[in-house]
Amino acid sequence: MKKKLHLYTRFERLWHWVQAALIFMLAVTGFEIHGTFILFGFEKAHNIHIFSAWSLLILTVFAIFWHLTTGEWKQYIPSFLNIVPVARYYLQGIVRGERHPFAKTRQKKLNPLQKLAYFTLKAFLLPLSLLSGLLYLFPDQANAFLHVSLGSIAVTHTAGAFALVSFFIVHTYLTTTGGTLLSYIKAMITGWEETEH
Amino acid sequence: MATASNWCRCTSCHIGFGWDKKEYDHTVQENVDCLVCHDGTGTYKKFPTDCGHPAYGEKKFGNKQYKNVDLGHVARSIRKSSRQTCGACHFFGGGGDGVKHGDLDSSMFAPAKKLDVHMDADGLDYNCTTCHTANAHDIVGRNYSKSAPNSHRLALPNDDGIRIGCENCHSRQPHQSNQKLNDHTDRVACQTCHIPSFARGGIATQLNWDWSTAGRHADDGKLLIKKDFSGNVIYHSKKGTMTWGTNIIPEYAWYKGIMKYIHQQDKIDDSSPVTLAWPVGSYADKNARIFPFKIHHGKQPYDPVKKNLIVPKLFGKKGSGAYWAEYDWGKAAEKGMDDYGAPFSGQTGFVETEFYSPISHMIAPKEEALTCSECHSRSGRLAKLQGFYLPGRDKSESLDLLGWTGIWLSFLGVFIHGLLRFILKN
Repeated sequence: MKKKLHLYTRFERLWHWVQAALIFMLAVTGFEIHGTFILFGFEKAHNIHIFSAWSLLILTVFAIFWHLTTGEWKQYIPSFLNIVPVARYYLQGIVRGERHPFAKTRQKKLNPLQKLAYFTLKAFLLPLSLLSGLLYLFPDQANAFLHVSLGSIAVTHTAGAFALVSFFIVHTYLTTTGGTLLSYIKAMITGWEETEH
Repeated sequence: MATASNWCRCTSCHIGFGWDKKEYDHTVQENVDCLVCHDGTGTYKKFPTDCGHPAYGEKKFGNKQYKNVDLGHVARSIRKSSRQTCGACHFFGGGGDGVKHGDLDSSMFAPAKKLDVHMDADGLDYNCTTCHTANAHDIVGRNYSKSAPNSHRLALPNDDGIRIGCENCHSRQPHQSNQKLNDHTDRVACQTCHIPSFARGGIATQLNWDWSTAGRHADDGKLLIKKDFSGNVIYHSKKGTMTWGTNIIPEYAWYKGIMKYIHQQDKIDDSSPVTLAWPVGSYADKNARIFPFKIHHGKQPYDPVKKNLIVPKLFGKKGSGAYWAEYDWGKAAEKGMDDYGAPFSGQTGFVETEFYSPISHMIAPKEEALTCSECHSRSGRLAKLQGFYLPGRDKSESLDLLGWTGIWLSFLGVFIHGLLRFILKN
């Protein structure tokens, strides 16, 4: 029996999409600054990158506040319970048309693989990019007080960027694994998700 | 190439006014020519071969007529120095218009704003001394004896302080449109971005001077002088082969305001071009900044046995051994080294040389300043300046390989996964 679940609150959805747009712009302009291609021109790319970076920082402050005050942060604590059946589902079951072994609820909306992925993203990947990005904004101070060179800051920041792009590719693909190709996208727009459980 | 063996020729600009004997004292004040800087009439012109003296009586140098100078009139018309008085020598350094410097030539007598925003004859109309301020004739802005006090002091308008550094007036945070530009001022000199190219005034600057080809004459025995389409001398019997250029993109080097140069007695390595003068500084030296330079290339006589540069006698009468009279490098070297008072093996060879000359004039309007990508790109203007990380130019090859491999594997993974889902579903 299908039923509808309200999984994502208004702030959560706004946060998700604004963050997605900002990270997308940061990636495009960032790889231009990296010298991978020419699109906006270096100065414009730089300016967009800095604007997006500060915007993302502000958004992140709001997001952290939201996670803490709503208690939603607990959703992201990694748990390895039932991780094997879920992994097996994505490797085999999904192509055989089996049912998803994990039953989503409002209180437990992330399966163990998602918990692991998003925890890695939020606890390591985004902080790595944001903090190295902050240092990149103030290289003289970073050098004076933390004794890190512009080169090592840049390489760390670029490493974060590569990881985020790979995350983005897999994350985007996995949105197609819902009931229909677009059902997860719809859920992230409307907040309501249809589940089979 | 050799002031010390050609005094009466070189002193028409170089110090040594009235040079008359080897024992001439360069240090006494009485030997300073006041009028050459303070002439207000424009008639005080030094005769090229008279040991620093102007023409007394009507005289000819080549095709150029020099009028008798009325010293009384000149002395009664003295005024502050001007672009005319300074430029009479400094625009012709190296013996001709634009020869030595790339940023000083006769186009700077009355430049347009496009050529120099400060000296713009119809605008700010600065003199040389507006920036090259002087205290009791001690003029700031030398490169050799001491560095210009640069970035750490701020001149007040109309004061008698030091205004030689751009920052003395503009401060170290001069950019309002984009604050990131101000982050550059500690390691990039203003000149680097604000002088996009030199020799922009229509006068070509000399880029290469090969003395080794000198001495060829026309079939009738006369001087052989060849010019290019623009009138630049590209061959001269007395001087050899020269190349010229306009709108030249500078070379860039770390520079803390001090130039070093080799001395005649210094041993040179003749297996590669010898650097005659070079800027002091490095990335590691926090006082050094990236600065634009003209590199003047040359080929000049040296002693292949003693490994020293030769100071040849160029100027003189027939029988004096002077190259410009007898066209014999052996004799010119022998005589020149004797005059100079340095040992000489008797052998003469030619060695390639290069000479760094800082580019500080011809400041373009801000709209023409360099854009970021001139340097922040894979093969931009700073491609050769290694040893530090420059965003847009540099990357970690291994990280890029790892990163792109990760990205393509992600694509491949989701593609295969999606394909399997698609095939098995149908």
